[in-house]
Amino acid sequence: MHEQRLSEVLQAAAEHKGCGTSSDGGKASCGSSEGPADMSPEVWEKVKNHPCYSEEAHHHYARMHVAVAPACNIQCNYCNRKYDCANESRPGVVSEKLTPEQASKKVLAVASTIPQMTVLGIAGPGDPLANPDKTFKTFELISRAAPDIKLCLSTNGLSLPDHVDTIKSFNVDHVTITINMVDPAVGQHIYPWIFWNHKRVTGIEAARILTERQMLGLEMLTAAGILCKVNSVMIPGINDKHLVEVNRAVKSRGAFLHNIMPLISAPEHGTVFGLNGQRGPTAQELKSLQDACEGEMNMMRHCRQCRADAVGLLGEDRSAEFTTEKIMEMEVEYDIEKRRAYQEIVEQDRQEKVAARNAEMEALEEEFSSVKIMVAVATKGSGRINEHFGHANEFQVYEVGTDGAKFVGHRRVDLYCQGGFGEEEALPTVIRAINDCVAVFVAKIGACPRDELTAAGIEPVDKYAHEFIEQSVVRYFKAYLGRIKSGEIVPVDRGDADIRQGAYIAA
Amino acid sequence: MSYKIISSQCTACSACEPECPNVAIYEKDGTFVINPKKCTECIGYFDDAQCVAVCPVDNTCVIDNSYPRYQAQA
Repeated sequence: MHEQRLSEVLQAAAEHKGCGTSSDGGKASCGSSEGPADMSPEVWEKVKNHPCYSEEAHHHYARMHVAVAPACNIQCNYCNRKYDCANESRPGVVSEKLTPEQASKKVLAVASTIPQMTVLGIAGPGDPLANPDKTFKTFELISRAAPDIKLCLSTNGLSLPDHVDTIKSFNVDHVTITINMVDPAVGQHIYPWIFWNHKRVTGIEAARILTERQMLGLEMLTAAGILCKVNSVMIPGINDKHLVEVNRAVKSRGAFLHNIMPLISAPEHGTVFGLNGQRGPTAQELKSLQDACEGEMNMMRHCRQCRADAVGLLGEDRSAEFTTEKIMEMEVEYDIEKRRAYQEIVEQDRQEKVAARNAEMEALEEEFSSVKIMVAVATKGSGRINEHFGHANEFQVYEVGTDGAKFVGHRRVDLYCQGGFGEEEALPTVIRAINDCVAVFVAKIGACPRDELTAAGIEPVDKYAHEFIEQSVVRYFKAYLGRIKSGEIVPVDRGDADIRQGAYIAA
Repeated sequence: MSYKIISSQCTACSACEPECPNVAIYEKDGTFVINPKKCTECIGYFDDAQCVAVCPVDNTCVIDNSYPRYQAQA
């Protein structure tokens, strides 16, 4: 009987994703499963199915976090430990803590329901390496039960040098360190204290020890051949300019990817920054900093700052389907072959998407223009325009020019459509969130939001419904250039957009 | 002679539990508590009470005045 239920949920998962028709390709210079030209085959092999390390993979593959690590060894001004970290997880909501045994069961349950779930991360809600016994016990149980799942962890770095050998021994390929500064004078304004050698250390000394440990840990990871992503929280007026220096420092020590995230600091989260009025960056400030660092190394722009118990594709949260109570009732049979077969279909679709994009790019080859536009896309995944405007809880933003389409970020929004009725108050916040875009691509849109978007200078586009994102936006751009030439459109500076501060609550 | 944890403020993060040199801290009903019979206020082990130093919520691990202060053994 549970076999039947399993196939039902599998089917539901597939339908939910619009999968079986999914497809994708590579990012920027990337072409196919051989990987991008600027990446070695070994590195590509490690990242190609990891949604947090490859923008391209995040349209197709899902990850999950298990909250087995509640303790932390440092205090950050953007975090309130009454809740989970406000900046690297959904604010205002506490993760359900699990024992390693519960976590292992949960991973098997999710992997059987969501066959494109390829990555298991431990990210907290505290620091995984401040809870080494629980973290490594979880890795041990999962690597035995589900050997095809990639393991990764995310740390503040303070204890990292003590654990690199153990991390290596579990074949962990990916470690993320949150590095917000390389100068203690900057760090003292971000970290009130650390717990170090049985003492609470404060001020500039705390930041000095932390940065030394982070740099040492990063160097040790690089030497051990473990890919390292660096997360940085952009805090305007405190470390925004300094992050260019951080970028250089981590690149020189072998970091693979840099993820600069906007500060989240709503007062209701009760963090120091939330209460003292420290603001987060605007969309344009964030993008300028990411652009400035991009020449130096790969930048991650698709981070959703997800919860320590997140489940699903980045940007969706299916954790409510897998509460401890529900998992314990589920009978799970782990079928590695079924997962492999499903992932092969995903791979075929990825190839198809790349082919479609490349064909579209050829048609653009004759064109040279300095015009660049930003467009917003409503998608449920698979690299297609397959979400209704009113059902989108985020829009993906692409920058398009004659050199192609580039994913440059995403904007969370409140659902416009609640139970079939458009929420009048939600629409202005959606417009502010994508105000820097000239068009929004959707599978479908109602008459009312269509008119208001048009009045705000954002063109609603539904004629590419269910087609590939990159191919469609390039095709739109080509026509857009034609409309400029004919005088139909006069390009204007669209200005800035808002980054949403409130809790990200999926309906 | 003991610290106590104000349970309404405890986030149950468990950071204090492994730091206690007396193994006096344990989980009970969703938060952590200190066994006053075992607690030595870290005297004889560390300069600072470990639970106080590591706790993310200030003024949550506090001296329990219903017990006399701990005296170092001669």
